[in-house]
Amino acid sequence: MSSFDTEATEKEILRFLEARTKRPWGTDADLFASGGLSSLFAMELVVHLEKSFGISVRGADLRLDNFRTVTAMTALVERLRTPAGGATDE
Amino acid sequence: MTRAPRTAPDPHTAVSHRIAVLGAGVMGVGITALALGHGVPVLLVDIDEERLDRARDDIDRELRMAQLMGRLPAAADTRALELATGTGAVGDATAVVEAVTEIADIKATVLADVSARVRPGTPLISNTSSIPIDELAGHAERAEDVVGTHFMNPPYLIPTVEVIRGARTGENTMTGVGALLTVLTRRQVVVKDAPGFVTSRVLHPMINDAARVVQEGTATVEDVDALMEGCLGHPTGPLRTADLIGIDNLVDSLRVLHQRTGDEGCRPCDLLLDKVRQGELGRKSGRGFYVYQEENR
Repeated sequence: MSSFDTEATEKEILRFLEARTKRPWGTDADLFASGGLSSLFAMELVVHLEKSFGISVRGADLRLDNFRTVTAMTALVERLRTPAGGATDE
Repeated sequence: MTRAPRTAPDPHTAVSHRIAVLGAGVMGVGITALALGHGVPVLLVDIDEERLDRARDDIDRELRMAQLMGRLPAAADTRALELATGTGAVGDATAVVEAVTEIADIKATVLADVSARVRPGTPLISNTSSIPIDELAGHAERAEDVVGTHFMNPPYLIPTVEVIRGARTGENTMTGVGALLTVLTRRQVVVKDAPGFVTSRVLHPMINDAARVVQEGTATVEDVDALMEGCLGHPTGPLRTADLIGIDNLVDSLRVLHQRTGDEGCRPCDLLLDKVRQGELGRKSGRGFYVYQEENR
């Protein structure tokens, strides 16, 4: 687990978003801004990221800001996949 | 499953509370999550082993949802949760919350059982949505210990709890339930005992009418909710609310109201009965008036 494919991760998150919401999104669009998605949908994003990328989102990482944009979610996935002190599998 | 790091106990939580929750359905799970989220240990009892097996994951998901929405502290987890298929261990609970099926006989049997197991003076809290508290209190060993609360779903999100004082509910019981709700950071509004109290007596016939309007073809589900939200300021729309309550629970509650008030507006309409027959119970079954993604229940 040395390299992280940012572009592929963004692409996968966008694919999921577009399939579920039936509308296109930019990587920096605020998903929860007015007229956007409900915060209930954020939990769906959490579960999807966990399943797709083998991560576990817990404690202080469970903040809406981490799921507000595709860029933020990609950064979260990258951080949780490569924990400080070396990558380990569960 | 990854284990969360151990953290020091929050000094603001009262370590003295330890509640037993009876019934691991939607409300039992929600109330358990709310309690754990405020540092109160919970013994969750359900006779259905399969449901109990799912409960830890259900509670974990609810806690995480609450954290995501900034409603519960980040440290909340399910370590202080104990699960049991019987009431044998309820004896040292500081309060018991009964959240079993909304059928008077079942609630009566459960209250009779636990009242014989707990210390006298332990509040026996029925989370009924419509059955009069004094009717249930008659089945407990000490009627003065029985009180009603009506938490709404999801409990972590809704700051106010309707508290029902039965004719025989004791002063100590009122104090006890008030103290528990304070620890859970809920605001209480105390009302008198009657079928459906205030919230169900007003809301449930209204939802029944909303379903009847759809049944009669006046408007679609979406349009009924859009009008009730957009014109009247209802936060989620009555039919989305029905999905959140659980259409089976709603029908049970309407029957209780109809039997006890004689109000024909409380007789569950055919569309609600059809939904129950088809297993379309709302969010918990993935489909009710709306369709829900599995991950999003």
